[in-house]
Amino acid sequence: MSFYDTLQQYKDFFSANAFRDVTAAEVRRAVLDDDPRSERLFALLSPAAADQIELMAQRAHEITLRQFGRVIQLYTPMYLSNFCENQCEYCGFNATNRLPRRTMTLEEVEREAAYIASTGLEHILILTGDARKRAPVSYIRDAVQVLRKHFSSISVEVYALTEAEYAELAAEGVDGLTIYQETYDEAVYDRVHRSGPKKDFRFRLEAPERAARSGMRSVNIGALLGLSDWRVEAFRLGLHARYLQDTFPDVEVGASVPRLRPHEGDFRGDEKISDRDFVQIILAMRLFLPRLGLTLSTRESSELREHLVPLGITKMSAGSTTEVGGHTLATKTDRSAPQFRIADERDVEAIKAMLAAKGYQPVLKDWMPI
Amino acid sequence: MTDLFRIGGRELRSRLLLGTGKFPSHDVMKKAVEASGADIVTVALRRVDATSATDNILDFIPQKCVLMTNTSGARNADEAVRIARLARASGAGDWVKIEVIRDNKYLLPENLETLKATEILVKEGFIVLPYMSPDLSMARRMADAGAAAVMPLGAPIGSNRGLRTRELVGIMVREIKVPVIVDAGLGSPSQACECLEMGCAAVLVNTAVAIAEDPVQMAAAFREAVIAGRRACLAGLPVRGQVANASSPLTGFLRNE
Repeated sequence: MSFYDTLQQYKDFFSANAFRDVTAAEVRRAVLDDDPRSERLFALLSPAAADQIELMAQRAHEITLRQFGRVIQLYTPMYLSNFCENQCEYCGFNATNRLPRRTMTLEEVEREAAYIASTGLEHILILTGDARKRAPVSYIRDAVQVLRKHFSSISVEVYALTEAEYAELAAEGVDGLTIYQETYDEAVYDRVHRSGPKKDFRFRLEAPERAARSGMRSVNIGALLGLSDWRVEAFRLGLHARYLQDTFPDVEVGASVPRLRPHEGDFRGDEKISDRDFVQIILAMRLFLPRLGLTLSTRESSELREHLVPLGITKMSAGSTTEVGGHTLATKTDRSAPQFRIADERDVEAIKAMLAAKGYQPVLKDWMPI
Repeated sequence: MTDLFRIGGRELRSRLLLGTGKFPSHDVMKKAVEASGADIVTVALRRVDATSATDNILDFIPQKCVLMTNTSGARNADEAVRIARLARASGAGDWVKIEVIRDNKYLLPENLETLKATEILVKEGFIVLPYMSPDLSMARRMADAGAAAVMPLGAPIGSNRGLRTRELVGIMVREIKVPVIVDAGLGSPSQACECLEMGCAAVLVNTAVAIAEDPVQMAAAFREAVIAGRRACLAGLPVRGQVANASSPLTGFLRNE
């Protein structure tokens, strides 16, 4: 049984349990309980829970402190290639967007890696678009070999792979996978992914399971908020994370809830998610799954990121660029268009200083090849 | 009062061991270690960044302390062994706390893999302190394999719930010949004191100190609690009695003849 089957079981869940029917008493119980029943997550995501957001925040802070301490792990993304065959309405790399495309040569990867490593970062997340011909698994493997010299932990956020391919990367030294389902609503998924390999909902949904079986140490999942009803999306994301924790107890499971950002193209999404909604989702996830890793990217503003530090976040990106070779490729014309515009442009030193000022230790290294 | 205890050929004064994770900064950690009086501190090799000029955690461990690397992140015996060897190769010494965890939800240890790693690493000359779920048979096997001490958990890591495993740990204290050190779950100095009172050789604390409002003061408080607990143990705690009962319903038939 994969998570796809679990998702089917919850198909009729929403008609029977409207979020608006949740009472204040149910929310209070959900905040103070600590069991992983799905009804509890449901209550924590309800409008009634929004009225008790301070209580949620206090409990989330206390749980996060005990589980993870006063530390935040830092990493940065590195875009290897922005070629893409997909037509995802919300993404700057959309195949129909006319923009400069490139795949870094291994020499360029080396130069970019050396620069990023010089900022002190030890954890790198490498990304590509979805174009097997332009950035095949063999290329990713070669890039990983280059990166191993510079970083102690390498994660990938690339197109969905087979289990054998994940195992290949794991053997090469990749220890984590990040892959976002974007939306757990199959109909919406079909609509916003107009064409391309990513259109296969189930192949993508089951990618984290394949990675977990292949020996990856960590898997990070996510929903792109703004494509569909955020409460329903966050609920299904929580179920997915719980499924992975239950099925693969020796894998570290993490989640992200990126919000739609401005990008090339004009898609803006159907749903607006306010900062208050966003914070409620983070808190609900923390209360529901105390050991869940929660990653916050530079899509969010520096101010919001600072406020979220004590509330449940465990990992943050720093010194980010969403362009291929964004740090070292010589001129603007050699670079490429970004996947989306980042909101927090501070470098690693500035993020470290911010964390220190808040009484948090920035952790640059939390694994090594063994 | 000189009351030393020995592990791995070392005579130790302090019965408080300290973990180094979760602190707000390396500086605060260093001050807390100093205030705790700990002779042994444990550091996760995964966190050691030897290439960093400013952020290498090992630079913040006081010279007088024994560095005990832990194998945090190991999912089986093989990974624990490899991490221990990496630590030794990097100059971190022979002391290793084996931590094998295949359960990311509760972070409870995997005793069988921990035993396997203990057997291998003892043969390679490491001073091995396995972190374990309290289980008498397992503890015996670990001690027989050459573990320098056994470290049962009091409650899940970071739970601050205290010595929830008291009955099982109590049996281990009576039966196991190597030092029994309660590791994980202790949330307050009184709980650490309780462990020492009942005869545990020492305690290992991390979260309760690291996330306290004032970690340095909390480290000092644990230091004093451990000293008090040990002294009470040596003094011989009086038996906890019920209220005296004047009549003797069971032996009243006996008459002085």
